[in-house]
Amino acid sequence: MDIDINIKVKVWRQKGPKEKGRFETYGLKNISQGSSFLEMMDILNEQLINEGKEPVVFDHDCREGICGICSLYIDGYPHGPDEDITTCQLHMRKFNEGDTITVEPWRSAGFPIIKDLMVDRTSFDKIIQAGGYVSVNTGGAPDANSIPIPRHDAEAAMDSAACIGCGACVAACKNGSAMLFVAAKVTQLALLPQGRAEAKKRAKSMVAKMDELGFGNCTNTGACEVECPKNIAITDIARLNYEFLNAKIRD
Amino acid sequence: MNKLDPKIPAGPLAEKWSNYKSNQKLVNPANKRRLDIIVVGTGLAGASAAASLGEMGFQVHNFCIQDSPRRAHSIAAQGGINAAKNYQNDGDSVYRLFYDTIKGGDYRAREANVYRLAEVSNNIIDQCVAQGVPFAREYGGLLDNRSFGGAQVSRTFYARGQTGQQLLLGAYSALSRAINKKQVTLHARYEMVDLVLIDGRARGIIARNLITGKLERFAAHAVVIATGGYGNTFFLSTMAMTSNGSAAWHCYKKGAMFGNPGMTQIHPTCIPVHGEFQSKLTLMSESLRNDGRIWVPKKKEDAAAIREGKLRPTDIKEEDRDYYLERRYPAFGNLVPRDVASRAAKERCDAGFGVGTTGLAVYLDFADAIERLGKDVVEARYGNLFQMYEKIIDHNPYETPMMIYPAVHYTMGGIWVDYDLMSTIPGLFAIGEANFSDHGANRLGASALMQGLADGYFVLPYTIQNYLADQINIPRFSTDRPEFEKAEKDLNDRIHKLMNIKGEHSVDYFHKKLGHIMWDNVGMGREAKGLKKAIEEIAVLKKEFWSNVRIPGVATTTNQELEKALRLADYFEIGQLIARDALNREESCGGHFRLEHQTEEGEALRHDEEFSYVACWEYKGEEAAPVMHKEPLDYEFIVREQRNYKS
Amino acid sequence: MHWLINSTIGRKFVMSISGLFLILFLLFHMSMNLVLVFSLDAYDQVTQFLGANWYAVVASLILAAGFIVHILYASILTLQNQKARGKDKYAVKNTKDASWSSKNMYVLGFVVLSFLVLHMIQFWYEMQFKELFGMEGAINRGSELIVPLFKQPLYVIVYLIAFVALWLHLTHGFWSALHTVGWNNTIWMKRLKNISYVVATIIVAGFTVIPIYVYFFVPSPF
Repeated sequence: MDIDINIKVKVWRQKGPKEKGRFETYGLKNISQGSSFLEMMDILNEQLINEGKEPVVFDHDCREGICGICSLYIDGYPHGPDEDITTCQLHMRKFNEGDTITVEPWRSAGFPIIKDLMVDRTSFDKIIQAGGYVSVNTGGAPDANSIPIPRHDAEAAMDSAACIGCGACVAACKNGSAMLFVAAKVTQLALLPQGRAEAKKRAKSMVAKMDELGFGNCTNTGACEVECPKNIAITDIARLNYEFLNAKIRD
Repeated sequence: MNKLDPKIPAGPLAEKWSNYKSNQKLVNPANKRRLDIIVVGTGLAGASAAASLGEMGFQVHNFCIQDSPRRAHSIAAQGGINAAKNYQNDGDSVYRLFYDTIKGGDYRAREANVYRLAEVSNNIIDQCVAQGVPFAREYGGLLDNRSFGGAQVSRTFYARGQTGQQLLLGAYSALSRAINKKQVTLHARYEMVDLVLIDGRARGIIARNLITGKLERFAAHAVVIATGGYGNTFFLSTMAMTSNGSAAWHCYKKGAMFGNPGMTQIHPTCIPVHGEFQSKLTLMSESLRNDGRIWVPKKKEDAAAIREGKLRPTDIKEEDRDYYLERRYPAFGNLVPRDVASRAAKERCDAGFGVGTTGLAVYLDFADAIERLGKDVVEARYGNLFQMYEKIIDHNPYETPMMIYPAVHYTMGGIWVDYDLMSTIPGLFAIGEANFSDHGANRLGASALMQGLADGYFVLPYTIQNYLADQINIPRFSTDRPEFEKAEKDLNDRIHKLMNIKGEHSVDYFHKKLGHIMWDNVGMGREAKGLKKAIEEIAVLKKEFWSNVRIPGVATTTNQELEKALRLADYFEIGQLIARDALNREESCGGHFRLEHQTEEGEALRHDEEFSYVACWEYKGEEAAPVMHKEPLDYEFIVREQRNYKS
Repeated sequence: MHWLINSTIGRKFVMSISGLFLILFLLFHMSMNLVLVFSLDAYDQVTQFLGANWYAVVASLILAAGFIVHILYASILTLQNQKARGKDKYAVKNTKDASWSSKNMYVLGFVVLSFLVLHMIQFWYEMQFKELFGMEGAINRGSELIVPLFKQPLYVIVYLIAFVALWLHLTHGFWSALHTVGWNNTIWMKRLKNISYVVATIIVAGFTVIPIYVYFFVPSPF
């Protein structure tokens, strides 16, 4: 049964990208375990506003686990201590009376902090812009059923396509590597006949952009896979490696 | 009423769109390069439009309120997208999709627009597959379909329970490609805060940089609004937190008429409200109604015992359960349209049969489906939804029925547009949920994705040329012009005023109050008394807001409270217009249900003689009441009937 | 071929290939050592055979190159990764998400390298190096070195510690190398990880046998 709990929240506060940040600890009383983690943050902000302080800035939007904007590192875990969820799906029943919960932003050179817990993830967009698409103009596409795709391939492509671009993989990685994110997109499109035509070019240009943006080198620790809220598998990284090496060696 | 000319092309229904395309004006490639288009929003409609217009050679500026176009709330659509492919050989056709959409909308949509929508629906599926959208497939490798509310054919294409996500990522990938080719310039973390008119035409916007807090000016030859709906007026809805009505509202205040603002859709399958701290409602896909059966206890004492926690739903015997949708609507059963399903749930709960601790919930039960299909099949179809439910409610839906209750989900109303998707302001276009056009008084499931992509990929890129063909000699405008100057100054004054109220209550405090007024009086069952009360109460609340809101911090940096305050200031006005429109419409149709107008069985009672029109509202200033104009809906091709989902 | 330096996957590819090459060397080295268990004389013949012959020298050079590339790349990758991680560290460390060895390959590698230096001074310098440069006291018969060394408990322990580090390094390194060259998928993931344990265990067990065998079973030369 859900009960009301009293907790402390230790939150990273940072006024701007160049400012020095620090932790602030706030006490919260009677938080229902049935509320979501972000609702708890709302209550905290309401409390701060009522006390005349500035509320904590954090990214959040759909609050149903699909837009991928929410990005809190809670008690040592990207998206908090629960399996297969985003921060907005985390509920307070994961916490107990008297807990002190530490909330940090994603930390990685690729994701500079904007303010408090809000980080800049436009680097992910830049990687997609470098080649995460099938080059097809609007109009003139052939009938959708003209190319049969084995169900198994379509399902596997969907597994990879489920990536929400939240960046938990980078946040969890000790190397600050974006390989899982890039691998998911490359894999999705490599598995489908529509994406095969430019598979080589895609793998090369997306990896080049990822390197240019300063993400780290993957050492296959697998932390990304554990923290991915959508269960993207690191075998996608093996596929990306294959696609990339295949492209380079054949050049 | 010249302004409200829908400009529907002549000719038979099935030929209107082809005729239009054959005869429309085009812009040649050299001229496209000299024409700028602003597209506000990066959801299905915005991203697909920006990408398509960019590919065609226009200079596109695309604005995104989130950090990335991929976050737009289209991403949350779960169930699917309709198209008249007839891959299942179950008798589907363009006409049938058109007819179902018109009927589903309770005969309050424009025939020609809806027919065009059904016509291009097939192209959308082709386009998305070509982009690499991993739709569900049969073992033979061909596309699979599922059925959805309001239809007797299986025409819904889907990608697990994440169809909206996959379609949006498809559009986002096309957009990303256009950005890479410098055909589109993306402005992320910007919010449009005003529309700028020059000589009566839409020529630019003022957008607030959400990082620096600065107001910035952008000029263009045309402006496209793709900013979605205004459902967050109700505070609790299935919208995302940043989904808002302000962009559309500022267009309205600059002279664009607002069509059918009262048409809001309450979605039947959402996770029930559980406390005052709740920030949003989570939708459970309508596709669940394919296999789930909706019921409440037959006996009031059973319902009461469940509410008190003395009985569990699994304790209720089969014969003591009331599968009220199957009982009332034998032909469509659990797959009746959303408005019908929502009202039926409310009716049962109001009558004292509701479950959950609040009594405001009904069961959606998968026990039969699990027995019939096996747990694996059910998991393959709905696994992610079940997981989502369990994370929120902490109940396992494989073992105990889900609890659901209706919630605000979609707004059929929006900026009035003609067949070209142009508003009453020349050069201002509205697409997707932001316009009013295709869903009449109720949208069918899996049709929002269809309309958003139809507008963005296949309609606007044609129709906008009809306007721009006359603009090729207009040079780019300087943003130093007095029109921009004034718009920015007005906004700065408004922000300054808000920041300096320094009152006692947070923005959410007021928004929650507004939400209660809206839900209680302008929700599923509306009546004149309540609607009038709502208009008055909102006026009082708005006044209090403008004198007692507290926004901490400064305006010249990231300030999420200020963002919310600017939006809420508009929600008060939107809420009043919703109520006003609902009050004017003395009939029940689709999602708009007036308690005074119902049949003996409690179904919506339309009054076609008096109300077969689009109510178009014209802004007349802060203090004056808006004026309503009518665009008559003449049904040339369809005979209007009372909607019947019983037999 | 600049992508082997400029691109992350290229660099990782070099790491993998050099690592796999070194694993092959370890297997070779280990099987050679095992000869000792069967006959000290045979072992001495093998060590004599691998003296300062041109083929042994060429093989040694290639091997050295393999080590240098592997170590150099490991250092570059680690430095880059630290930079990519950013200056601010998390206040609450995550200890659960990844295996300790996968996160500490550089540390383990450093332990193995330190051991390698010691090992080279104790054996390679005495045998091949001295012979190659015509120095006095070059030793051809391996048993003359190995038996006295492993009669000292301290060195047995030092070697065993190094083998543990090597085992941890290999359990992650082997599957990771194959993964990086793209030879992995959802079905093979589990298998590769298991094979990885088997390979690491075979190599390390083979090496471990020697000091223990010498310490307990070979008659003392003193």
